[in-house]
Order: sequence, then structure tokens, then C-alpha cells
Amino acid sequence: MSGSALTAAALIVAAVATMAIGAYGVRLSRTTSDFLVASRTVGPRWNAAAISGEYLSAASFLGVAGLIAKYGADALWYPVGFTAGYLGLLLFVAAPLRRSGAYTVPDFAEFRLGSVWLRKVAMLVVLVIFVFYLVPQYQGAGLALKTLLGVPAWIGPLAVGAIVVANVVAGGMRSITFVQAFQYWLKLTAIAVPALALLALFAQQGGELGGPLPPRLAEDTTVTVETDVVLDIPAPAGITVTGTLDGRAVRDAPVPAPGEHTVAAGSTLHLPAGAATPVVAGTPAAGSDWLASGNGLGGPHPRLQVLSIIIATFLGTMGLPHVLVRFYTNPDGRAARRTALAVIALLSLFYLFPTLLGVFARLYVPQLLITGTADAAVLLTPGAAFDGALGQALGALVAAGAIAAFLATSSGLLVSIAGALATDVLRGRVRDFRIAALIAGLLPIPLALSAANIELSRSVGLAFAVAASTLCPLLVLGVWWRGLTVPGAAAGLLVGTLSSASAVAVEIVGGIDERLLGGWPAVIVGYPAVLSVPLAFATMVLVSCCTRRTRPRDVAQIFARMHVPEGLGMGVERVPRD
Amino acid sequence: MSSPERPQRQRVVLAHRRGARMVRTRVELQEQTPVGDALVRGLVRAQLGLALRLAAVVLGVVGIVAAALPALSQASIGGLRLNWLVLGVLIYLLLLWAGRLYVRLAEQGERDFVRVVDGEP
Repeated sequence: MSGSALTAAALIVAAVATMAIGAYGVRLSRTTSDFLVASRTVGPRWNAAAISGEYLSAASFLGVAGLIAKYGADALWYPVGFTAGYLGLLLFVAAPLRRSGAYTVPDFAEFRLGSVWLRKVAMLVVLVIFVFYLVPQYQGAGLALKTLLGVPAWIGPLAVGAIVVANVVAGGMRSITFVQAFQYWLKLTAIAVPALALLALFAQQGGELGGPLPPRLAEDTTVTVETDVVLDIPAPAGITVTGTLDGRAVRDAPVPAPGEHTVAAGSTLHLPAGAATPVVAGTPAAGSDWLASGNGLGGPHPRLQVLSIIIATFLGTMGLPHVLVRFYTNPDGRAARRTALAVIALLSLFYLFPTLLGVFARLYVPQLLITGTADAAVLLTPGAAFDGALGQALGALVAAGAIAAFLATSSGLLVSIAGALATDVLRGRVRDFRIAALIAGLLPIPLALSAANIELSRSVGLAFAVAASTLCPLLVLGVWWRGLTVPGAAAGLLVGTLSSASAVAVEIVGGIDERLLGGWPAVIVGYPAVLSVPLAFATMVLVSCCTRRTRPRDVAQIFARMHVPEGLGMGVERVPRD
Repeated sequence: MSSPERPQRQRVVLAHRRGARMVRTRVELQEQTPVGDALVRGLVRAQLGLALRLAAVVLGVVGIVAAALPALSQASIGGLRLNWLVLGVLIYLLLLWAGRLYVRLAEQGERDFVRVVDGEP
């Protein structure tokens, strides 16, 4: 069996297993509560596995390793932040959120502030986060299937969209819980086995990671550049370019001098065995720079970048609707806390392996650093490091994990948005949930095909920035501060959405020139959380203080419901109105 | 208080005293009397204080780590650079420790609250 046939088989097995487990859950799904919150019966273990399965998106499974291969030590902050977000969620949100008895994030807004109008605003914010998060998943699916099987990029989004919509429409939250829990363990296996195999290989053969030179190619390599790229070529000896080099059409031309060169889309580079790998300009070329901390992720002001990543990821998890909605499925607040703790453990275990794979990708497939599509690192490294059947088998396993990543995250996002749309825009029956899931699952496909590709972890990081600047302040202030008012919350949501989403939009269109005004605008737009999060919090607090008179009168009752433990007769489970 | 010679005085009531008080405090809680409101405010303040203190500890350590990373890049243990060891492994242990501690203390706080409401000593 050839490599790509084996990979295709693994992809199909993962997809069929997903459908089959989903179908098993469908038999248990009857009521609206089943569809929205799995009738609040999911224990901490199942729920933690399901949350981790849903949360470990393509950005974690593929993107983290890619970023580490490309940028080195500073990229480690992404997985740290992705995990630390759950500590924030545990400390500030988990139990009170569950005890509120709400069933979606907009429902929590209405519960806390008693305003149907604010509920609609929150629904729109959920929709924005949903789109920013789902589009990169679909794009990642396109990239993965293209890398693995050579099919056109539009097949990935279509296939993933179809499977996910089918599962969610059929069984809602009940059935998705099983699917996602299964997918956590599948993803862990799919990334741990290749990473450990590579570790064993590295221990056996050794290799140089921290030297003064870029990584070297093991054999003659030809690389096709698919987008215009500025390359840092430290040692041009032997490298030839066909296509457009520095604006001139060339054919088998040598690179004239060391330094930065522009290579246009469609050009091919031929690199002899032993050549020092060119890297995308702005990324560390020498191994010693790559190993050291403090170089940032390309572009100016690395410290501000890292700070912004930390803010966005630490706080963003608290504002992700698809994660929050899973906490409503726990039976009580205590279980919600234990779930969050278990998620931290599961994620800590998982992120060891993408880190390893990122390191080995730099060693075994350095040509990825040329094209800038480092997201393929996880998919290609096992096949490059191991010959023959072992390499093919590991490659197939990784492919199955990747497809699980796209499916799990997309279905989680779809359940949360379908729940919000069905109860806020439609009438909240099971049929409405299904219609909402169908529309919301298919609409982002054209967006995914038309929007520009940026690295998966970075684009998901931007979605985190939007979440951290909108729903996070709403929840944290709503849970702990009696002074929050409807105008305050609405103004904060508006300012947070506008400031972060406009930055994301500019970044998707192509970003801002790094040479403008010392690079500050570029880094603020590329990493907006450092500005937009404090802005959103400040707006919410200030406007609430100015509109003191509109505080809900029953705020004491609401606080008692959120914070008093179960068993004292305070809790009320909310259900959609008919 | 009672001397050993005399039998201890016993009071006979219709129902178990604890149950009667339990219901009354619970009603105070549910009807948001000043007593009930004060109880809830105390609980919220305690839980928020706990969360803020733990968050401050974690952020403090993360801040120190971030500042020390360039220096840590120079050192290594067993061929593994310290900055990679700290950011790739050790920091997760910190998160787990903080999470476990929080769950334990928060549940403790809630048990104390229930005990106060139910009138146990």
C-alpha cells in the first residue's frame, strides 16, 4: 500500500469513527435540553476529555509545532497560554457560571442583567468569535488534505463542514460529547507516538540544533514557493532559483549574495544536499538564535508581542463560547471546577508532544522554513525522518489526528453557535437547533476559501484576542462585580469587539507595514490584546459607574444564585422559552 | 460547666433543634434578608480573594520567569536548555499546582459556608 493510500485510509477511518460515535449518541438525544446542554449530566472526566478534545484545534495540533519550528523558544508561550487560560477559567468563572443555570453565553447575559436587548448583543459577539475561530479550522483542513493527498484546497473545508454539520444536526450536545472525548485520546495518541519515535531516533543518531548555522538539508531538495516571500539566505552557495528573484525573471540562476531576497509566488528553489536552509526573513536563521528566548515571533518589539500573546491566551479561554457552553453540561458547580482542573492536566500532557515535533521538524524537514507554511511540520516530519513503512504508518497516524482536530473543534463551535442562534433568533425547538446548525456550518466555507492564510496558531490567537476583549470582561465583571449595568456591558462589548475585530480584519487583509512609525502600529494590529483587553474592561467599568441608577434591582438574588453552593435550594436551571 | 455529681439538665423539644434553625437560615438566604445578604457577600468576598491571591502568585512567577528567560537561555541541564525546560515542562506543573490548591480551598470555603448556614458549630 502506498503512503498516500495509507494516509487516505487513516483519514477515512477517523472520519467514519467520528460519525459512528456520533450516531451512537444520537439515540440518546431527544429533548431540547439534550441538544443544548446534554441535559446537564456530564461528569468531570468525560467533560474534561470532551473539552480538551474540542479545544485542541488545528492550531494546537499543527500550528504550535509549526511556530516552534519557525520561531523557536518564544513560540512556547502559545501552548503555555492555551493551558493557563483554563486556570483563569477555573479561578474566576467555572463554578459561578455553571450555578447561574444558563444554557448559552447570551443566556447568561440575560440572567445577570435582565435585558433581552443585551442578550442579542452578546449573541452577535458570539457570532463574531465563532467566525474568526471556525474559518482557520476550515482553512487548516484544506491545507492538510492538500499536503497529504494533493487534492485541491477547497475539498478540505467542504469535507469537514459536511461531516460536522451531519453530526451536530443529528445529535446536538449529547452526541458531540462522546465524539469529542474520543477525539482527545485519538489526538494524544496521534501526536505522542510519532513524537516519541522521533525522540528515540534523535537519541540514537544525535543532531545539531543549537549551532551558529541554519539547519542543513539532508538531500537534494526542490521547493516551490506558493506566496510571495522575503527569504533570508545566509549561505547562497549552490542554491538556484527558477521564477522571479528580486523582481527579475530568472531560470536556474544562482543567488548573487548572502542576505535578504524576494522570491515571487510560483518560483522554485533548488537546494543541494548539505546546503544551509534559507528561512523566511524575520525568523531566526541560526540555531543559537532559535534556541534563545526574547526574539519574538517575527517583526519588531518582541517583548510587546509576547506580553500580548500572554494576555490574549490567558484571558481568551474565558471568553470562548464553545468552551463555556461545555461547562453548562456539568451537573453542578463543584463538577465544573473539577472539570477545569482535569482539563489543565490533559492539556499539559498533550502540549509536550507538539513541542517535541516542532523541534524535530527543524532538524528533519528544514525546507518547510523556506515556504513559510510551517503548519505542515507535524504532517511531514514523521515521513521525512523515517524511511519506508514505519514513516508511512506514522504519517497516516498523524493525519488521522489532524482530521480529528478539525472535526472536534468545528463541531464544538457549531454546537455553541447553533444553541445561541436557535434560542435567540429562532424559537428554541430541536428543529430550530438543526436549521441553525446547518446554516452556521455551511456559511463559513466560502469565507475560508477567500480569506488570506496566516499561520494557524496566529489566526486562532487573534480569535482569542477577540474573546478576551469581549466575553471575558462580561463574564468576569458579571460574576464578581455587583455594579455592572446593561449600558456598561453593552459599551464594553462594543468597544472590545470594534478594537479587536478591526485589528484582526486588517491583519487578515495583509497587515500593516512593519516600517511604519517604528513598527508600533504593526505589532498592535498583529497582537491587539495588549490594548483592546484593558480598553474593554475600562469601558465596562466606567460606563457602569456612570449609569449607576440602571443597576438591576434583584442583583443580590442573582449573586446568591451564582455563588451559593448547591443543596441550599438556591439553584434554578434555565430553559428556553417557547 | 455542670458538676459531675448532678445529672446534666436536658431540654426536651418537639423536633430536632438543628433542623429548625437550618430551615430558618436557609429561608433568610432565599428571601435575601439583611442576614442572608451579608452571608452571601462574605462568601463572594472570600472566594474572590482566594482567586485573586492565587492569580497574583501565578502571574508573579510567570513574570519572573519571563524576565529571567534570556539569562536561562545560556544555561543547560543534561543538554536541555533551561529556557526550554522551564517553558516546556515546569510551568505546567505550576499551573496544575495552583489549580489543585484552588479547588481544595474553594470547596473548603463552601463547606464552611454551608456549615454556617445550617447552624453547625
